[in-house]
Amino acid sequence: MRIVLAVLCLSLTSAWCPAASTVDARGFIHRWLVLEPVAVQGRLTESAVQEALTLAAIPDTTALPQDGDVVTVKGAAQTWHAVDTTSYNLNLYHFAAALSRPTSNVLFWVVTTVDSPREMHDVRLAIGSNAASRWWLNGEPVIALNDDRQSVIDDGVSKRITLRKGRNIIRAAIINGGGATDFCARFLDENDKPIQELNESL
Amino acid sequence: MRKLVLCAAVTFALPAGALDGEILVHDPSTIISQAGRFYTYGTGNGIPILTSDDGWTWRRAGSLMSAVPGGKAGPEVLARGGNNTWAPDVIHIDDQYFVYYSAPATQPRSAIGLLVGRTLDPASPEYRWEDRGPVVWSDGIEDSNAIDPGVLLDPTDGRLWLTYGSYFGYIRLVELDPKTGLRRHPDRKPMNIAINSEASIPLYRDGWYYLLVTHGSCCQGANSTYNIRVGRARKVTGPYLDNMGIDMIEGGGKLFAASRGRHIGPGHFGLLDLSQGVQKFSLHYEADLDRGGVSVLDIRPLLWRDGWPVAGDNLSPGVYSIESARTGTVLELAVQGFPVGGFRPRRPPGGGNGPPPEPQPGPPIPEQEPAHVAANWPASSDVRLAPAMLQAQQKWTIAPVANAGGYPGAPYFRITIAGTERSLTATAGAELTTSAFSGAPEQLWRIDQLNDGSYRISPRAVPGRTETLALSAVGSSMPTLAKFDLASDRQRWLLGAP
Repeated sequence: MRIVLAVLCLSLTSAWCPAASTVDARGFIHRWLVLEPVAVQGRLTESAVQEALTLAAIPDTTALPQDGDVVTVKGAAQTWHAVDTTSYNLNLYHFAAALSRPTSNVLFWVVTTVDSPREMHDVRLAIGSNAASRWWLNGEPVIALNDDRQSVIDDGVSKRITLRKGRNIIRAAIINGGGATDFCARFLDENDKPIQELNESL
Repeated sequence: MRKLVLCAAVTFALPAGALDGEILVHDPSTIISQAGRFYTYGTGNGIPILTSDDGWTWRRAGSLMSAVPGGKAGPEVLARGGNNTWAPDVIHIDDQYFVYYSAPATQPRSAIGLLVGRTLDPASPEYRWEDRGPVVWSDGIEDSNAIDPGVLLDPTDGRLWLTYGSYFGYIRLVELDPKTGLRRHPDRKPMNIAINSEASIPLYRDGWYYLLVTHGSCCQGANSTYNIRVGRARKVTGPYLDNMGIDMIEGGGKLFAASRGRHIGPGHFGLLDLSQGVQKFSLHYEADLDRGGVSVLDIRPLLWRDGWPVAGDNLSPGVYSIESARTGTVLELAVQGFPVGGFRPRRPPGGGNGPPPEPQPGPPIPEQEPAHVAANWPASSDVRLAPAMLQAQQKWTIAPVANAGGYPGAPYFRITIAGTERSLTATAGAELTTSAFSGAPEQLWRIDQLNDGSYRISPRAVPGRTETLALSAVGSSMPTLAKFDLASDRQRWLLGAP
């Protein structure tokens, strides 16, 4: 099955999407692995998000999944999908709808990697998410957004962090109550300018 | 509003308005700085000196004439005018400081003398002033009263200009020689540019020359009617028109600053440009009612609106919302918020799927205070930005800190979640958190109003860093500390009622 959407393509069966090599001119990351949505209550307060993360925990948060890998979450099998988005954001609503999966009261796990040509200090991960989200860089929590919200560029921004030379793993959970759901992510340099020299290495 | 007033009166040991320290002065000169120290000179015996290490706390430091050979104005000045010493102005050009001072006899006979020095610091071995003689004068008959000098070094062409005058006749303009401080063309007749005013001083901004003058009467304490007015012109020579097109030479002048509150009779404008979008102005009030009705120095924000200068006000202590001009979100303690008045479901419980009932008005919802919602707040929290919802974690008490010093026009402030001891604190990583107030430099905040009315908020110090940083909205939900960028809205903040 080939699913073609306005803003994203799924590489389930085809390599029609050209392989992205670097983040775009505005620094946005386009290549992600997205786990099929996990049903949660969809409440978005800080405590409810924490509860959803516990209930929808994936078995291994350190391993990097592959396209097509299947994991069991809340007793149900969920599949990881490799996704390239052609826009600055990744539309999770279309992703789930294309798979005939629920779009409301769900949690999406997403993960990607970027390769840095050198160690970079005082950079920031900057994301937008609809709705609440949690973000980890190389296993460390860096951003927490609660409450119903739209995906706004550079809404949640981490404190100053260091990108390792070579591979860095970005993992996130996006929790949606109802309606549209999407996210975007990029890194900002020490002057808050987008970093363009990162390779998307999935 | 009532709440703010009560809060200010009860909670804070406030300085009594204006500045701190020894600030009694009349007709202060433009404030000038050298090596980080501020100076102004005023009317009085020998031209008294006021100085400050930070621009907030001032002290008297003798008089200028004590460093002039003979201890008084030179004989030519005394011959043209008299032995009073009033209303000076000062400017720094290259390696010289020029102090222009009024030396009136029986007005309108008067002269304006010039003192020249290489340093302002009385402790410097090079400290001395040379009297270079009279620059302009009035003979007591002509339509001029040669007092109240004001000088402008035109940034567009480096030409130096002097305005002077007081009520009797005209405000006049002459060109000076930037090398000597004396008149460039002493044979030319001074130009008349305004009337019915005194304390004139020109300034330049964005293609306009502005003439600030003081209208009204001085020297009667709380009965003085002093107020500062302004006109503008495309040429330094005028004509200076006010906002209604009335020429200042026919009495025009847009109101810039009038009496307000317990400060009566503002006069003697002086520009204090602190760069990076922060301009302030010095002035005196004829009567500070909180200091027994004497004349005192003040420094206030200078704002610009539609091409006209606007007199800003120093920040009053109170409870504020701190809103990012970049994002429209407000600074809050990073805790789970609770809706004011409680959660309100879209439909009443058991309401079914039919149309919701018509909402009915209820009683006013009381203010949300930390005592209502803080039980689950963690002991320590960072800060973040969020949509304004009048919640307890979004209301900040901004209060001056006694004996902690300050900066031109204001003391350092503490910024604390209202009703708590959680104070905004800069961290070693140049990020932000909250902690119990200890008075440490990373908890003292400088709040400068920018030209557009927004505020720049900077910690006195950031642990481990030497550069000055400012509160910055790096994202819609994330504040940090960063170098101030005048071209960006990131470091511009709006302070208002929560």
